[in-house]
Amino acid sequence: MRRFSWFNATSLTFGFVFLYLPMLILIIYSFNESRLVTVWAGFSTQWYGELFQNKAFLDAAWITIKVAFWSSTLATILGTMAAYIMVRAGRFRGRALFSGMIYAPLVMPEVITGLSLLLFFIALDVNRGILTIVLAHTTFAMCYVSVVVTSRLVSFDEALEEAARDLGCTPFDAFRSVTLPIIMPAVVSGWLLAFTLSLDDLVIATFTSGPASTTLPIKIFSAVRLGVTPEINALSTIMILIVTVGVIIASLISRGVSIRAKADERKAEQS
Amino acid sequence: MAQLKPNVFFAPWNDPAEKPLIQFKNVTKRFGESIAINNLTLDIYAQEFFALLGPSGCGKTTLMRMLGGFETPTEGQIFLDGVDIGPFPPNERPVNMMFQSYALFPHLTVWENIAFGLKRSDMPKDQIGDRVGKMLKLTQLEKFAKRKPHQISGGQRQRVALARSLAKAPKLLLLDEPLGALDKKLRNETQFELMDIQESTGTTFVIVTHDQEEAMTVASRVAVMVDGQLVQVATPDQIYEAPTTTYVADFIGDVNLIEGKSSLTDGGMDVHWDDNQPAIHVTTDTPLAARTSCHFAIRPEKVSISSEKPNAVNVMKGKIIDIAYLGNISTYYVEISAGVIFKAQATNNRRLSRRTYTWEDEIYLSWTDTAGVVLTE
Ligand SMILES: Nc1ncnc2c1ncn2[C@@H]1O[C@H](COP(=O)(O)OP(=O)(O)O)[C@@H](O)[C@H]1O
Ligand SMILES: [Mg+2]
Repeated sequence: MRRFSWFNATSLTFGFVFLYLPMLILIIYSFNESRLVTVWAGFSTQWYGELFQNKAFLDAAWITIKVAFWSSTLATILGTMAAYIMVRAGRFRGRALFSGMIYAPLVMPEVITGLSLLLFFIALDVNRGILTIVLAHTTFAMCYVSVVVTSRLVSFDEALEEAARDLGCTPFDAFRSVTLPIIMPAVVSGWLLAFTLSLDDLVIATFTSGPASTTLPIKIFSAVRLGVTPEINALSTIMILIVTVGVIIASLISRGVSIRAKADERKAEQS
Repeated sequence: MAQLKPNVFFAPWNDPAEKPLIQFKNVTKRFGESIAINNLTLDIYAQEFFALLGPSGCGKTTLMRMLGGFETPTEGQIFLDGVDIGPFPPNERPVNMMFQSYALFPHLTVWENIAFGLKRSDMPKDQIGDRVGKMLKLTQLEKFAKRKPHQISGGQRQRVALARSLAKAPKLLLLDEPLGALDKKLRNETQFELMDIQESTGTTFVIVTHDQEEAMTVASRVAVMVDGQLVQVATPDQIYEAPTTTYVADFIGDVNLIEGKSSLTDGGMDVHWDDNQPAIHVTTDTPLAARTSCHFAIRPEKVSISSEKPNAVNVMKGKIIDIAYLGNISTYYVEISAGVIFKAQATNNRRLSRRTYTWEDEIYLSWTDTAGVVLTE
């Protein structure tokens, strides 16, 4: 047992308070009866009821979910392909440049990514709307997917693919029936990550959205400028819930896999 | 049975009319600057159990991977049944490989692993179950069909890998150090299992190993490889009894090597190795020209020990300076002239405490005129 230390306990408490107290307050006030956000007047779920009557919010939520779904799916496909090719291609001229270019958007300021995409869409004369947000989110989320999938592929035994080829698979069939199922947990984590990133992106969406494609973060941001309402608290609480569930599922997937593997190994030793 | 496979019955390499199953023709493989396979030419015949033996890094795996289709020769060609297989990818070759790491698919059960290749062949769906069942029976894995690879032991995994690579009934099965991960006892059992399976399926096996005992046990022929080249390709007994180079003699088993110069005699030759010692008499049909530098090689178990001077062609006096007790046999290290140590082996047919010879004993070593060989390389 480690000895209890006041210093550790204090810094831990302080850290968690710092991280979660604002959110906790937000959640509490979403159940406030009063219209005044900062005055507690008793417990109520009325703002949730009103939220579900508010068509503008519901539309924005629906757009956000559609954008998140399509962009994370596209990002997962492209990011997995990029990761696979970078890991398998071995050494070639310009490899470092290539992998650097895949990861650059990770560190690029969002404003710059958003602005350059905006200019790009204008240059191509594409009407801004759901499609442009999906494309924009795909571009930056794909880097994250690629990072997650690469780290899994690095420890992937290439002999498995060779065995599949040996047993009659074309390269694509080997990838589909051996590599993909094995790296699936990483791909799913990547998808969830991309989904959450798209769900709460404000900056890039602002640059690339059109008048008929306001996403929820944009909606909230513009609503808040007119004053925080309990409805927004309720909406934010729901988003916190969705993101939390997403993160928990992602970590359960990866933990579940390793726990099952450990249990199986014990079983193998006993047999 | 393994021991009943003498080369009298099975020696296609001695039959000029026999067509080899595999032919390497002047194959060279380079990785950048380094040469993994150096101008190698080799014939392997159908139904052989062919062993590739050599030190680590000599190119065994590379040779196998070229047969499997995972590497392409830089120069030269490889023929299978007379067809140049160069242009064919692994999935179009009637060749299967058992990987060094087994490479079992972790997300599939034992049954699905074995069925994997069959599902991708032109075998009708309703026959796949039968074939998998047959393979499970052959490798005694029926009980584990529903398990995943990490739910079975190392020995069982190795059998799954074997069953999977045999399932498609390939013309040629490649085994890359298949038994490397098993302990000695399991390895010996598995060697015999492999030989039984090889015989009952009639498949041609090419096995890579760095364990010379394993190569000698299982193989119909052994190829000794060094630095991407074949030094000798012969049956296990020829490799052991008639090595063609000192490297092979030394690599396979234990050997006494004595350097000397030749002289011709009636019916053979003498090897002069020390002016104060008698020359070694060798009977051979192919004596070397006089005064050729050469090595005389003889296995320790072909050298007898006695305390009285025996009546033999080659006799040498010496003193025991060390004894290595190995349980069933003992190896005696005998100094026959200053700094020259000769090894002799004798079976321990008496208890250790009643051993005939001991340290510092003056004894006689002797051997016949056909017990050893003379090597020039
Ligand atoms: N993919 C590769 N790239 C570069 N060099 C390689 C590669 N594969 C093998 N080699 C080299 O070729 C030589 C033979 O290797 P290998 O066939 O694996 O030997 P063995 O199986 O006999 O131990 C070694 O020197 C090894 O370093
Ligand atoms: Mg090897």
